[in-house]
Amino acid sequence: MALSLSKRAFNQERIVFLITIVLFAVFAVELNNFLAPANLLALVRSVAVLGMLGMAMLVVVLGRGIDLAIVANMAISVGWALQLIAGGMPVWLALCVGLGFALGMSLIGGILIAYAEIPSLFATLAMATFIYGFGRAHLITGTDVVYLPKDMGLVAQLGQGVVAGIPMPIIVAAATALAAYLFLKYTKPGRFIFAMGDNFNAARIGGIGVRPMLVFQYVLSGGATFLAGLITATSVGAMNTRIVNSNMIYDVILVVVLGGVGLSGGRGGVRNVIVGTLLIGVLMNGMTIMDVQYTVQNVIKSLILLFAIVSDSIINPRDEQTGQQGDI
Amino acid sequence: MKSALLRLAAVAVAALTVGSATVRAQDNMNDPYREPALNALKGKSIAYLPISIGFDLAQAWGGVIKTEADRYGMTFKARDPNWSTDAMAQAMTSLIAEHPDVIVTQNPDLQSLARLLKQANAAGIRVIQMNMQGAIQTDAFVGPDFISMGEQEAGMIAKACGKDTQTSHKIAIVQGVLTGGVSYYQVKGLLEGLKAHPEIKVVSSQAADWDASKSRAITETVLQQNPDLCGIVDVWDGQGVGTGAAIKQAGKQGQVYFLTSGGGAQSMCDRLADGTFSAAINYDAPGMGRDAFTAISALLQSKQPAGSIKFQLYSPTRVMTKADVKAGTCWDPQAYATLLR
Repeated sequence: MALSLSKRAFNQERIVFLITIVLFAVFAVELNNFLAPANLLALVRSVAVLGMLGMAMLVVVLGRGIDLAIVANMAISVGWALQLIAGGMPVWLALCVGLGFALGMSLIGGILIAYAEIPSLFATLAMATFIYGFGRAHLITGTDVVYLPKDMGLVAQLGQGVVAGIPMPIIVAAATALAAYLFLKYTKPGRFIFAMGDNFNAARIGGIGVRPMLVFQYVLSGGATFLAGLITATSVGAMNTRIVNSNMIYDVILVVVLGGVGLSGGRGGVRNVIVGTLLIGVLMNGMTIMDVQYTVQNVIKSLILLFAIVSDSIINPRDEQTGQQGDI
Repeated sequence: MKSALLRLAAVAVAALTVGSATVRAQDNMNDPYREPALNALKGKSIAYLPISIGFDLAQAWGGVIKTEADRYGMTFKARDPNWSTDAMAQAMTSLIAEHPDVIVTQNPDLQSLARLLKQANAAGIRVIQMNMQGAIQTDAFVGPDFISMGEQEAGMIAKACGKDTQTSHKIAIVQGVLTGGVSYYQVKGLLEGLKAHPEIKVVSSQAADWDASKSRAITETVLQQNPDLCGIVDVWDGQGVGTGAAIKQAGKQGQVYFLTSGGGAQSMCDRLADGTFSAAINYDAPGMGRDAFTAISALLQSKQPAGSIKFQLYSPTRVMTKADVKAGTCWDPQAYATLLR
């Protein structure tokens, strides 16, 4: 009993949380101004979008899927909306078109996975390439960076506004996290996602409409993605569609996995993603203050991920009971 | 009668012949050199392989070269590796096999294409490198002299933040990709130039990977850490959008002197006009396209084999501030992008 308690006390989420706290303490002592409230806000703000994408990924991963099209969907849907606004379309209409595009693309992805039974890894990988290729060939035909039009009105406040001293991106990210938490914890579809991730066939036999549920997960992810993209664009002043080629999608998977969400589905929650995101935020902020080059930052980031995973597998070794089919 | 008629006809024919001969002679007198020049260009093929065709600089270069190629009956084809160095190396390999007369390319970094460019030259293909100088010199390099541009930037930043000013003398540098020619040589020149101004302290020098989101996050933290920062140099205006957004959102617009450089697309003018950039060094991308075509024209007219004469064609640059921005000062990338489609 004591053994199993100590085992539970040190799962991956706790290990990562511990690393975060240790790093935080070290930076707080070593670096000037690290603890300044403005710096802490900057820290959270810099990972707000990553956290939101993490939430989008979480909903899919919990159902034993993965959505590699998140970044492409975000870049193209928001980029297209901005271009439409620059071309004279009313802001609200352009945003509806962009959102419609994001939802439509994730709907197609979801249908491929749920009804054509293509593994999510391949379906979303193909969708990512399709969305980006189609978008660059037919929607965003000029430069691959779409600048924010001048007359965005209140929408620009999503990225630039400050409410009660807190930047809007943090507020929106927190609201998204809260919504994801409530959805996963208290709604029937939310619980169904856990059931499907835990044991897909049992969930199906149990009477859950698994195919529509699968599609629904991806559509949810698409909606959150559009919101995250809108925040990126309004705070940076441009939507850079080139991020599709960057390793951002791995960063999204990283914050999800780092916090202890199992890629095999059914395990984890919003808290795990928050912990993973905070670790990345603390790391990036501290290393930028120390003027560490970002290539070196990547090395350190991956070493910490490896450390978390290795210590988890030493403390909680896999066996027939804890290992799940489909574990990666 | 008959013979008179015949004689008249003969005279007429003779006159005609003489007349047309004079016309041809006059043609030659006008410009005997036009024909050989046009013949040297006609039917030649140009292959264009920048890092990506999706960004303003490459669109302007390609657009201008294509327009001129069409004018002289040359074929022009563009390949788009879309920021992937692997795809670019593959495309370069297949281009060497296809053997166009000229390849116009842009190195993603100092080394990746160096061997392939050497091979292309050896295969008799003339190679022109745009903007990003690689480790190998080929027939022509077209682009600003980034080292001297860096030194110029050092002078400008010293004027804004140097010892004659009541400032903290603290500056930050936002680099692109560390090994990219534009970033590498510009930063080199900048640091060299700053040696003459020991009072200036570089508090941060980070790479943003040509990505505005990254430069925004870096600059936000740097400003947080150094609220009294005096100046920032960003090596490219494309990512400078993010740097500028961070300055604005920190409420430091006007207080931080923000200097950047780029090809002079409309986005540069817009950002100068709204105060995001304090000053920008404009190296006029359509002008570079013209320089590149001039190099192509000169190389093809000289009968020298590929790689035998090598030029560094440094582009003229101009410093721009808000006061220089007027309608039509900058160019619209969309117009050039359409040409390349």
